[in-house]
Amino acid sequence: MTCHESSGVLRGAAILFGLLLGALFAVSPATAAQDVVAKAAKSQSTADHSKFKELQGPFANGPEVTKACLACHTEAAKQLHKTTHWKWEFYNELTKQKLGKRTVVNNFCVAVATNWPRCTSCHIGYGWKDDKFDLTSEQNVDCVVCHETTGTYKKFPAGAGHPVYEEKEFPPGSGKKWLPPDLAKVAQSVGKTSRKNCGACHFYGGGGDAVKHGDLDSTMTNPNIELDVHMDAKGLNFSCSECHTTGGHEVTGSRYATKAVDKNGIDVPGRTDDTRATCESCHGLTPHKDGGEAGKLNDHTDRVACQTCHIPAFARGGRPTKMMWDWSTAGKLDEKGKPVVKKTADGKENAYDGMKGDFRWEENVVPDYRWFNGVIKYTLMGEKIDDTGGVVPINRIEGSATDRDSRIWPFKRMEGKQPYDKKLKVLTVPHVFGQDEAAFWKTYDWPKAIKVGMESVGLNFSGEYGFVETEYWWPITHMVAPKEKAVACDGCHSRDGRLAKLGGFYMPGRDSFPWLDKIGWALVLLTLAGVLGHGLLRLVLSGRKG
Amino acid sequence: MQTALVFSRFERFWHWTQAVLIIGLMITGFEIHGTYRWLGFEQASSLHKTMAWTLIVLWVFAIFWHLTTGQWRQYVPTGENLLAVVRYYTVGIFQKDVPHPYKKTVRAKHNPLQRLAYLGFKLLISPLIWLSGLLYMYYNDWPALGLGGLQLGTVAFVHTVAAFAMLVFFIGHVYMAAFTGHPWYSYLKGMVTGYEEVEE
Repeated sequence: MTCHESSGVLRGAAILFGLLLGALFAVSPATAAQDVVAKAAKSQSTADHSKFKELQGPFANGPEVTKACLACHTEAAKQLHKTTHWKWEFYNELTKQKLGKRTVVNNFCVAVATNWPRCTSCHIGYGWKDDKFDLTSEQNVDCVVCHETTGTYKKFPAGAGHPVYEEKEFPPGSGKKWLPPDLAKVAQSVGKTSRKNCGACHFYGGGGDAVKHGDLDSTMTNPNIELDVHMDAKGLNFSCSECHTTGGHEVTGSRYATKAVDKNGIDVPGRTDDTRATCESCHGLTPHKDGGEAGKLNDHTDRVACQTCHIPAFARGGRPTKMMWDWSTAGKLDEKGKPVVKKTADGKENAYDGMKGDFRWEENVVPDYRWFNGVIKYTLMGEKIDDTGGVVPINRIEGSATDRDSRIWPFKRMEGKQPYDKKLKVLTVPHVFGQDEAAFWKTYDWPKAIKVGMESVGLNFSGEYGFVETEYWWPITHMVAPKEKAVACDGCHSRDGRLAKLGGFYMPGRDSFPWLDKIGWALVLLTLAGVLGHGLLRLVLSGRKG
Repeated sequence: MQTALVFSRFERFWHWTQAVLIIGLMITGFEIHGTYRWLGFEQASSLHKTMAWTLIVLWVFAIFWHLTTGQWRQYVPTGENLLAVVRYYTVGIFQKDVPHPYKKTVRAKHNPLQRLAYLGFKLLISPLIWLSGLLYMYYNDWPALGLGGLQLGTVAFVHTVAAFAMLVFFIGHVYMAAFTGHPWYSYLKGMVTGYEEVEE
């Protein structure tokens, strides 16, 4: 047998072995489970909406489609009217604060008021173009933005929730054309919500892809297993609603009331809290089963959130997320009167935009870690702030090492520099978007923009404005990595690890008593010097003639 | 003078296994403490735990052996001859032909200074390190054990103190036991073969 032949035989054996292995794994429970999920992803609906004569169209606009939907789904709009998605209002039972997009001041585009048509392009309704929008209108609920499956239906960025009904260009002068969708086709395509439906808004919060959350961006539409083990398009292929379970159109799992720990553990019918929007809902409170250190890892769950180890970094999909937005430098225009734009080094994003100011973008961001008990308090509109040099919190994460209900959680810390009233010491609501003279993006005049913005929410403006540094904490909970990529022990258990700055508790590997170490090592060295001296002296003296 | 079996087979097995384990525990322990990085925290703490349990099992056997053979009496402290031995190690050892003042026998194989040192090792350093170490290991069960008020930092402190004491003992012991005989390695040889020169 020649060398060549023998290698061929070897290769054959290897292939056979591989096939055997493959056969072995084909019946393993993991793949079986994935098959079940893959089947479930295909529609199992008992109705084919394309056969409904009510949906044959033509439809002139969105509300007409909704009217057709409501003819059968008589209670749908009433259900949606009760949700945060519709009201943009959220009452936090824990903090007794009224939150939601309508009321919160953030450090991205700052606030919704007076900027309605731009902001409400992400509202699940049609026509919220000012503060007089009728929140009881059933026909203005947008059914298809969440349920259509063609991928052709897009709300126009400045359309107050409507798609375009005739061809338009946006941003103006960009040459980017927006084509009207075939509403009949869209209506006939309806099905369960997908990552794409939810992502249409949630991946683009803050005015663009990946801007806001850090753990939600367009790369999550079809993620691979490295980016998200559960949503992996070729694997488990979870949709958002797999965890954000719904009932009567109420989607569970809100960031405004993040659960720091879900002590219900695995959800069992009858004993459930009616949501799977926590890791514990499926994995329980002692999730580690295999390996020698499973017990020790489970020991961590009373102090450490799952996300802390299992999301080693966010913005991992290739889209950078915005980490800093400095409004104070906005307004630089070129000789033609157009806002100046500068790209980042990698060309992916704008480092400066004359309309918005300076940005810092980051990818593969190691989160900030904080003790968190589920309580997040917001600085509300009109609330007095401290501008004496510190950073003003947009929200505050509560919790501490001594609180047994707190867990160490990962966060994106969004830094901002935004306009405030220097005299009245409140964060301002600037009128940014619009075609009028007061709109900042029209005339770049802060006092005018702030005055109109503040008036619209019934607040005073002294006329004196400045810029104050702010921070906004975003709990990180998506982009769960495969377990092999979880943060290793020394990620935290080391002198300069991820938790180096998190105080209030003793952690092996990170903490020590420096003075004890000094005394200890001094004694060790003294002992060593003593025995060496003793031995050396004996050696020297024994060589001497007695 | 005669040659006799001073260290039985079990005693030697116990001593050397313990030696290896303690060295391993010190290496991994100081890594866990953050003194240096070598194996990585996961590996170091996993090994530390395994070696600790092995040593605990060994100790259970050793305690049983000490009690059943009556060998525990070797560690009963005595002041007799103590000063003479101290004087030997601080003065006499440097002079020519000054004999060790203690004459060992099979029934009393440790000199008064050794008795004190080993007793300290067995009754102070070891219990301190075991107790703090076991508490450290069972940190998550403190509330169930009624120790909810205990701080991890306190336990870590005690464990570190005991670890330094162990290291100091180790250095002193290695020097005294391996290098100060006649010839210099004679004690070491005794601990390996079990046989030493003893009085009647």
